[in-house]
Amino acid sequence: MTAVGSGRSGAAVVAEVLDARREQLAQQWADLPLFRTVYTSGRDAAVTAAHRLVDTLADVAHGERVEDTTVPALDRIRPHLAQTINARTRAGCSSPQFTAEVAELKTPLMAIVAQELTDEDRYSGLLAAAALMGTLRLVVMEILLNQGDDIIDRQRQQLLEVSTPIIKLWDRVIAVPLIGTLDSARTQVVMETLLDAIVDQHAAVAILDITGVPLVDTVVAQYLMKTAMAVRLMGAECVISGIRPQIAQTIVQLGIDLGDIKTRATLADALAWALEQAGARIASKE
Amino acid sequence: MDRIPILRLGRVLLASIQQELTDDIALALQQDLTEMAAAGADGVIIDISGVDVVDSFLARVLSEIAAAARMLAGETVVAGMRPSVAITLVEMGLSLRGLRTARSLSDALSALGLGEARIQGRS
Amino acid sequence: MSPEAVTRLPVTSDVQISGARHAVREAAIAAGFSLVEQTKLVTAASELARNTLVHGGGGHMEITTLGRDQRGIRLTFTDSGPGIPDVAAALSDGYTTGQGLGLGLGGARRLVNEFAIDTGPGRGTTVTVASWPRGARRVTL
Ligand SMILES: Nc1ncnc2c1ncn2[C@@H]1O[C@H](COP(=O)(O)OP(=O)(O)O)[C@@H](O)[C@H]1O
Ligand SMILES: [Mg+2]
Repeated sequence: MTAVGSGRSGAAVVAEVLDARREQLAQQWADLPLFRTVYTSGRDAAVTAAHRLVDTLADVAHGERVEDTTVPALDRIRPHLAQTINARTRAGCSSPQFTAEVAELKTPLMAIVAQELTDEDRYSGLLAAAALMGTLRLVVMEILLNQGDDIIDRQRQQLLEVSTPIIKLWDRVIAVPLIGTLDSARTQVVMETLLDAIVDQHAAVAILDITGVPLVDTVVAQYLMKTAMAVRLMGAECVISGIRPQIAQTIVQLGIDLGDIKTRATLADALAWALEQAGARIASKE
Repeated sequence: MDRIPILRLGRVLLASIQQELTDDIALALQQDLTEMAAAGADGVIIDISGVDVVDSFLARVLSEIAAAARMLAGETVVAGMRPSVAITLVEMGLSLRGLRTARSLSDALSALGLGEARIQGRS
Repeated sequence: MSPEAVTRLPVTSDVQISGARHAVREAAIAAGFSLVEQTKLVTAASELARNTLVHGGGGHMEITTLGRDQRGIRLTFTDSGPGIPDVAAALSDGYTTGQGLGLGLGGARRLVNEFAIDTGPGRGTTVTVASWPRGARRVTL
């Protein structure tokens, strides 16, 4: 919208106010919960952080893009905001509570803007200041959302890890029963967990039991091959067990070549084979 | 350039890579192992437990060492590959076919028909 | 503070390929990559740096941390060598004009999240790759 008053934009007059009243605003902000609760070590740190925020917002206003959350000037405070959010979250502060604390910054700013500006600039200045604080809130919400995703992702990862148990069947023989669908993320976790277990337990044979895998198509076969190849590179033998007749048929029909990977119908068959191997190894040592 | 030392354990040659591998050091290892194999050996063990990256260059060097050793000295066993390296090689599409692998040095020795007792007896 | 930090390293000798691997490892650790994720990126870097040296006659590598949360890594390998006349062929497994296994380009592509190549006869070659640790926000190249 066009400014009615002095002909200067609202953003420009807000920028001037922020520059002129930098100290006053920073002092007032430093006393608000957002800063006070995070910078418990002392008021100086809170004032410094508040200065940083005032300066950043002044830069954004000087650049005239008060409604743009992507202006590079805002990138300066994103890491600090993220840290603040982390600290508040750890202290038990919820997302709505945090957004409310950010919203509280608006009152002192509006008061200063209203007081500083002449009648002709006041209206456009207040509008621009409100827009600027709205933008800050959007940036905060964006960071909160991203962190939420990170948390969900971490939980998903942990779930994958706990759903991949490694069982020690015998001295140097381990097995991982795969249950449910195998996708790329799951395969990565299975591979990592299995290979780490080979190291930890000095395993000579690793059995991948797919009894609980409902479907084996080319993609899943590919995952199984990769895992088996990685096991072999580590110097252990890999056996895939739990190949039901139906799965064997699918594998043949799809023309999947499992190469030289050993397969057994049941986990018991695979273990029998593994023990035979171990036996042969003991015999050769003597 | 620091060459990788090669130990002789009876008739088995052992190279343990414990340092950063530049291409030159890898090539020097290939040359040294091939020469020592030609002078008489029954097997070669390359311990890569200290190696944190195997790319296609090092993979080729290892395969070529194994191929030369097969003609001159019998099997080559690559021992101690790290899980992160194994996963990376597989994702990359390098399966090191034709190379024997072992979990550890002692497994590699048994794979070549040498028990642990025998090395201890000699050292 | 700029959201993107850039490091530039020369790639003109085999020792510098090791140097490139170290620098990428450090950046990946700083960006929160898991051990496997680090190893994938470092291995891709090793392949591409060697191509810059061996096929491109030397050049340089740039490491850029990406995104507002600085968790992504972009690597750029640039040389002003002969360029690649047939990119599709060069990317296919087993294709080599030298003594390599021909798995460098294709393998590196499989190890990273994003891969781009800009080349042509007489134009030199620039390969750009980018990766993110599990669960990180992605921005495009
Ligand atoms: N930077 C480069 N400059 C010129 N040619 C290249 C470059 N990188 C790759 N190439 C070409 O692509 C081919 C395949 O590369 P790559 O897959 O790494 O296999 P290799 O390096 O083992 O030959 C090379 O043989 C070479 O012809
Ligand atoms: Mg190459």
